[in-house]
This record gives sequence, C-alpha cells and structure tokens, in this order.
Amino acid sequence: MRTLLILLSLATAVVLAPAELRAQDVTITIKNHRFTPSEVKVPANKRIQLTVVNDDPTPEEFESREMKVEKVIPGKSKGVVRIGPLAPGRYPFFGEFNEATAKGVVIAE
Amino acid sequence: MLGALIIVFREVIEAGLIVGIVMAATRGVVGRGRWVTVGVVGGVLGASIVAVFAGAISDAFQGSGQELFNASVLGIAVLMLMWHNAWMARHGREIADEMRRVGTAVSEGAKPLTALAIVVGLAVLREGSEVVLFLYGILASGTSASAALLGGVLGIVAGAAFTALTYFGLLAIPNRHIFSVTSWLIALLGAGMAAQAVHFLNSAGLVVALDKTVWDTSWLLSENTILGRMLHALIGYTERPTQMQLLVYILTLIAMYLLMRFARYSPPKRLPAAAE
Repeated sequence: MRTLLILLSLATAVVLAPAELRAQDVTITIKNHRFTPSEVKVPANKRIQLTVVNDDPTPEEFESREMKVEKVIPGKSKGVVRIGPLAPGRYPFFGEFNEATAKGVVIAE
Repeated sequence: MLGALIIVFREVIEAGLIVGIVMAATRGVVGRGRWVTVGVVGGVLGASIVAVFAGAISDAFQGSGQELFNASVLGIAVLMLMWHNAWMARHGREIADEMRRVGTAVSEGAKPLTALAIVVGLAVLREGSEVVLFLYGILASGTSASAALLGGVLGIVAGAAFTALTYFGLLAIPNRHIFSVTSWLIALLGAGMAAQAVHFLNSAGLVVALDKTVWDTSWLLSENTILGRMLHALIGYTERPTQMQLLVYILTLIAMYLLMRFARYSPPKRLPAAAE
C-alpha cells in the first residue's frame, strides 16, 4: 500500500516536477552569515525550488518552521530546498547556526 | 555561549530520549550497556564522518542527498524498532518473570540488542552530525570560539544528564509494566520517525502526494520550544503535519500493533511431546 503510494507519487513527481520546478527556481546566497536577498517573493500555491548557496566557509542550517524546512548547508557549497505550495502570506526563515544575523522571509502572493 | 548551549542541547535531547528509552526497554538484559555504548560510539564516529562528507551528501541526487539520507536512516531505525517490539512481545514476559525471580540480569535477548544498538547509533548519527557541523562552524569562525565551544560542550553534558533523567524516570515504572510501557513508547517513537521520513521524502520532491497540511498547532505548541522538540522526538509531534505524514504515522502504529499481537499469540513453546 505504502510502496504503491510512493511509486504513484514518484510517477507524479517525475511527470509534474520538471516543468513546474524550472519555472519557480529561486536562489538565495549566504555571505557573512546574512541572506541575499533576505526578502524573496514567490507565487502562492506553487511548488518552489530554493537553491541556497553558502558562500561562507562555515556551515549553516537553513531553517523555517513555517515552511517546514531544516537543512544543513555546508560551507562553500549549496543545497536545494523544496517548499510550497504556500498559501499567501509571510514565511520567515533563518540560519540556525547564526540566528542573530541570518534572517529572511519568503513572501507568497 | 548560551546560544550554543541551547542549540547543542536541543539536538542532543532528541537522541538522548531515544537512548534513555532503549536503556529502559532492555532493563535486565545482560550486556546491554556494552551494546548501547557500541551504538553511541558508532553513532558519534558516524556523525563525524557524515559531517566531513556533508558537502558530498548534500550535493548528491540533485541537492536532495541530505533528505534522502535522513529518510533512509529513519526508515532503517523504524524497521529495527519494529523488530525489537516483535521480539519483546514474545520474550518480554519471560524476562520480567525471570527478573522477579532472580532479581538480576538475564542472558536472554542478544538478538534485539543488535537492533537497538543500531537504533541508538542512527539516532546519535543523525542528531550528532548537526552538532559536529555546528561546533566545527564555531571553531572555524575564530573570535568568540572558546565561549561558544564551552556552551556546546555544556549542551552535550546537559543532554547526557537529560538522558539519565529519562532512564531513571522510566525505571520508576514497576517491573511488571515496564516492558509494555517501553513497547508502546517504542511504537510511538517508530511512528514518529516514519512520519518524519515522509517529510524528508517530500522535501526531496519524491513523495508529493497528499501534502496538504492537516492542522497547524504552532500557536499551541511550537516545535521550536524544548517541550515541542521533546514531543517531536518522543511521539512524532508535528505542528503542521501533512495528510501523508498522518497516514503513515497511523499505518506504522497499526503495523506495530499487529506485529506485537502476532508475536505474542504465536504457538506456545512445545513441551516434549508425550509418546503415542
């Protein structure tokens, strides 16, 4: 049953993902423990692929309770984070390892 | 320093809860200390290796390597917990009886200890790799490193103390009930892990079916708080679960229940049959 569901969703993902994801690609860069851009506008109710590039030599954890994301991005590397579909609204995110400076928000509209 | 302490403590208590429950669940089994130690040491080594290769893991599978890795680790842990519970359903009573009679450890149970050592190892591995990366980040950034590092170490110590607290808390349960209590704790633990694995598969873009949020209880209990974090580790509390997460959570619980039942009602041990 579960295997079937997973296979089904796999098939769905393969069919739907490429066209949808390519259109909604967003990149956020971490430098000096800050996000650029720190404010990201995305369309609501769409799947979004966030590429988080960490230009710092130190690792960072890209985290957002609101978007249900928790991902470690090692220093000098990048990670892909999939979010959405999001209802219109503000979704703050932060870098858990440097919470004082690493803050940002995704705005779905 | 306090910030580092809290971050590390938050990671450590998740693994700590699991270790505490495993220790209580194997109460009275000979050699369990050794197995749990093997699990913890293996987990710490594994965490360091994972941290070193974090970049490679993260880049794998089009940037979804970390999610797939976490999902696999959780999946294996769930299977091990199921195995343990099935085994315990069959032998738990014997061990409890034995403990009551002899009042000391019994030598039964070499089998599920491998399973639980793996569970402990995987739990430490998963949470530990984040701690290692975080502490490495502090070391690499220089300046206020020593204070933050001290905070990190204190966080680990506090986490270990918390593990001990979990263990002794569970030991307060009378012998008669301890195995059924720990079996249910382990069933909930497993269901929570399975739901979390679904989340990682969803983040990797693999399981996208049924991904509507069922409820949002972040106003009531945020996963960011220590209590929220504990319940997350313990019973899989999620402030915004998806339909698929809920479904898998329930299915895992049902599977655990059925497994424990079948194991319990297996044919009783055959006595030497009387000759016809």
